[in-house]
Amino acid sequence: MKLCLTSTGKDLEASVDHRFGRSRYFIFAATEGKKYRVIENSAASASQGAGIRAAQIVMDQKPEAVITGNLGPNASSVLLNAGIKVYQHGGGSVQEAIESFNKGVLKEITQATVGGHFGAGGGRGRGGRGDFSNR
Amino acid sequence: MKKIAIASGKGGTGKTTVAVMLSRLLSKKFKVRLLDCDVENPDCHIFFSDAPTEKEEVCVFYPEVDTEKCNCCGRCQQVCEFNCLFVMKDRLMFFGELCHSCRGCKLVCPQGAISEGSRPVGKLFNSKVEKNLHLDYALMNVGEARATPLIEKLKKNLKSGADYAIFDSPPGASCPMAETVAGCNYAVLVAEPTPFGIYDLKIAAKVVKKLGVPCGIVINRSGGEDKIIDNFARQKKINILFRIPYSRKFSCYYSKGVIKENFFPGLADKIIKEMLRI
Repeated sequence: MKLCLTSTGKDLEASVDHRFGRSRYFIFAATEGKKYRVIENSAASASQGAGIRAAQIVMDQKPEAVITGNLGPNASSVLLNAGIKVYQHGGGSVQEAIESFNKGVLKEITQATVGGHFGAGGGRGRGGRGDFSNR
Repeated sequence: MKKIAIASGKGGTGKTTVAVMLSRLLSKKFKVRLLDCDVENPDCHIFFSDAPTEKEEVCVFYPEVDTEKCNCCGRCQQVCEFNCLFVMKDRLMFFGELCHSCRGCKLVCPQGAISEGSRPVGKLFNSKVEKNLHLDYALMNVGEARATPLIEKLKKNLKSGADYAIFDSPPGASCPMAETVAGCNYAVLVAEPTPFGIYDLKIAAKVVKKLGVPCGIVINRSGGEDKIIDNFARQKKINILFRIPYSRKFSCYYSKGVIKENFFPGLADKIIKEMLRI
């Protein structure tokens, strides 16, 4: 089974990126074996709509499930509409996330876990405060 | 027609106060058109007893997708700079609030599946409010993300026939402010002599300079000595046009919806003189 994981680095030791749209990398890995492929997320620096573009990048690779930290409203809307299952991983490496997925202990995400602009960070008091994030 | 923008970085420094005073003072001798470009929260009309009632709806383009013709090739998604399209195997999702109405998607669609849709974003109001003074303002619909289409429309509707057009800018130094100031003959930056005031004034002055619009500063709630602003103005060679003193009486009138332009009759002369000198 082909998984897509948001990642802060280019290998399985890297941490799962807690953001989806502005994740640094996407790692496409098989649930069995050690094979994986890395794609840099070109949507990470988008001025707007990062979640939507990132979802397009991910879906074009046709994974069977997505594992990430949080999902914003637009990304959750497109991914859930596209019919792909999304799972939440609290923290830890990509490798650990795959193992947790195989054990069946990851929670499925069925709606946005954070508000818009959660992962945008930077100035204007944004980032990391999902509850207040709608400008 | 001379166009003067009244801008600031910080909010609440007195842009509307200056814009209304300047418009009224000028209207004693000239034909004036006051444009309230703060379309998210217009307030100039509060200070006139004859508030405009005429309404015109402003619409922007959005892509209307013919699902019969669309074959989900994804060209529209690839060309969209604003990431408002998501293409699936069998359908397309569109996020209207992200769309900037550039029509790129319509232009590239090989199937001709995208046609001209139109979406209301706000309303325009305008009427004569006093002798020689005409007020235009726009009100953005709740939930809209972009103010610039309404500001563009306000400026586009500005016909010749007036001697002066005064643009009351939205606060800040981002797109709506830049849209307002661009193309003006002169910009008046209203600032208050506080650390917050100078911080935002510096940003606003930078934007105005980049737009190539000459500017001067009006200090509001002046305590007489406004070192914090004066130093910056001297350094950047920007003239201080006027100091509106802190006045409890003036504020009391203001809080009742009355702007007493006669308190500071020299304001208009100073601004116009400086604009014409440049």
